[in-house]
Amino acid sequence: MRTLSLIVRLFRSAAKIQRKRMVLTMTAIAWGTIAILLLLSFGEGLKRSLQQGQHGLGESLVIIWMGETEKAYVGLPAGRPIRLIPDDVELVLKNVPEIAGASGEMHNWNVQLVNGRTALNKRVVGVHPAYGELRATYPQAGGRYIDELDQQLKRRVVFLGNELAKDLFGAGDPVGKTLLVADMPFTVIGVLQKKRQMGMYGGPDSDRATIPLSTFEAMFGRRYLSNLIYKPATDDLSPAAKRRFMEVLGGKYRFDPADTRALYFWDTIEQAKVFEKMMIGIEIFLGVIGGLTLIIGGVGVANIMFAAVTHRTREIGVQMALGARRLYITGAIVLESLALTFLGGLFGIGIGAAIVQTLAAVQAHAKSEAMEFLGQPTISVPIAVTTVTLLGLIGLLAGYFPARRAVSVQPAEALRFE
Amino acid sequence: MMFGNGRNGKNGSHDKDANGTIIALCGIRKVYDTGAIKVEALCGVDLAVRENEFLAIMGPSGSGKSTLMNIIGCLDTATEGSYRLRGEQVTGLTIDRLAEIRNRRVGFVFQNFNLLPQLTAYENVEMPLLFKGTPARERRARVQHLFEQVGLTDRMLHRPVELSGGQMQRVAIARALACEPDIILADEPTGNLDTTSGRDIVGIFEELWKKGHTLVLITHDAAIAARTRRVVRVQDGVVVSDELAA
Repeated sequence: MRTLSLIVRLFRSAAKIQRKRMVLTMTAIAWGTIAILLLLSFGEGLKRSLQQGQHGLGESLVIIWMGETEKAYVGLPAGRPIRLIPDDVELVLKNVPEIAGASGEMHNWNVQLVNGRTALNKRVVGVHPAYGELRATYPQAGGRYIDELDQQLKRRVVFLGNELAKDLFGAGDPVGKTLLVADMPFTVIGVLQKKRQMGMYGGPDSDRATIPLSTFEAMFGRRYLSNLIYKPATDDLSPAAKRRFMEVLGGKYRFDPADTRALYFWDTIEQAKVFEKMMIGIEIFLGVIGGLTLIIGGVGVANIMFAAVTHRTREIGVQMALGARRLYITGAIVLESLALTFLGGLFGIGIGAAIVQTLAAVQAHAKSEAMEFLGQPTISVPIAVTTVTLLGLIGLLAGYFPARRAVSVQPAEALRFE
Repeated sequence: MMFGNGRNGKNGSHDKDANGTIIALCGIRKVYDTGAIKVEALCGVDLAVRENEFLAIMGPSGSGKSTLMNIIGCLDTATEGSYRLRGEQVTGLTIDRLAEIRNRRVGFVFQNFNLLPQLTAYENVEMPLLFKGTPARERRARVQHLFEQVGLTDRMLHRPVELSGGQMQRVAIARALACEPDIILADEPTGNLDTTSGRDIVGIFEELWKKGHTLVLITHDAAIAARTRRVVRVQDGVVVSDELAA
């Protein structure tokens, strides 16, 4: 306790001189702190933005396309095409408890859509009602998605992508209006809420028209699904769901459940895991850059502490002559370095947080895609903890080495110093 | 005794402190090794200082008198030889133990005062007491008393730059006395002062001596040396004469 109060006293006496130098040092540290804070915050923002973009396709989604058998099975040859039909969705939902929801999907990529004098050839997709929830396609206020009744009654209703709705109807609200889909009148029931979609197949959701699967079948005379999507009850159940799915359909269509070519899987859960790892990599990278910048600031502090200690060599010599133990002198120097680092860090965190907040506010109103992709910078608890830990460490080291040098000479030598 | 290194046969009587010996230097050598050249500043110095002596060490510049003072004051360590301070073998002690010895046993007065410029005179005098660990109340009383002794109570809260040379040296003397040292070492204490102030300072030293303090002055000023009771002359790293005043 006595030692501590002594160290504080010596520190205070040293702090009375060289204010300018202290300000410069603190600036260096503040700069480093701002750099690391911004880099990590942008990393975090980018991560969240990418995650959001991924969710634009739908969370934990598995998409299946039809293939051909590769293995001969129960007397049937290899090379048989496997084609799924809408009823298979029902079959899978009934027999695979690990699957929480599923939908069939039929695509016609060139259908004429006509509103008054505007005619466009676009992709039209037929889906089950569950599709909306699975693929994160939500209607804007005032509209709705395709429901069970639409499916049962083969209603001629259409759900439009937001870009497509704008192209066909301009700025006005298209809900309730009539649209000719392949010369048949359809009622527009909803428009897609704007979303950022990174993963896609068959074009973005914003640029397509969606109708009930039953209507699609009747209109275009299709029998087979283009693809099927499902979502496992939990991410952990995904491998089990996939196995059961293959067993059930393999039983119906007589293919080996281990035949990987019979049906093609796109497992976004697996993809998300890879993505997660990649993001950690990016964060480490950004953190290292920020950390290095901060360390440069730390070198600045060490440099200035060295200079300060050299400048005060005689003073330290006097203190030693008067009987200061080494600990008092090193303690005061380390304390000074820590105080500089701490104050600089405090300023840095303050300014950095202000910049992040400002940018986040600007982002919220930004229209540009690139800015949108950068995401909103976010300061998280790990970022703050990392920064503060690094600052403390730097302060300690930047003070310790000059301090050790200061007390390594004989007092007589220190007193001779000019 | 534990660190005796074979040179102490010559002046054996100084090993005992029963007869009031404070400083016992025996065969002290100091070599400055700058890498390329080795400079021998002291080549075998024997010196004994007893309690309540008033001693001047004289010598031309480069004679080794400052080195000698540094070793006596534990500011530097001898290359060879034995040094006892009040019977305690100083050679080979740890750095922190040496700091303690400087703190409690030795009071320093320097030619250029060596007051800490950012502290007040009061704080400067207080510093050795802080290192010693004197409780706050006792410390205040002690510092007050010291300033009374050197006659500077009205200057306690001034910074060194606001003081004259003579005043600064008096503050330094107060600081040197703070922990009631066994010995006061003064290295050219009047070197930076005008004659009048210099005389005043020597006057203070004389008074301290009369009160029972032991003082060692380093000087090349014969007039000052004449006011002491014993003059030791050093030249080329050896003691060439040791005379008691009449």
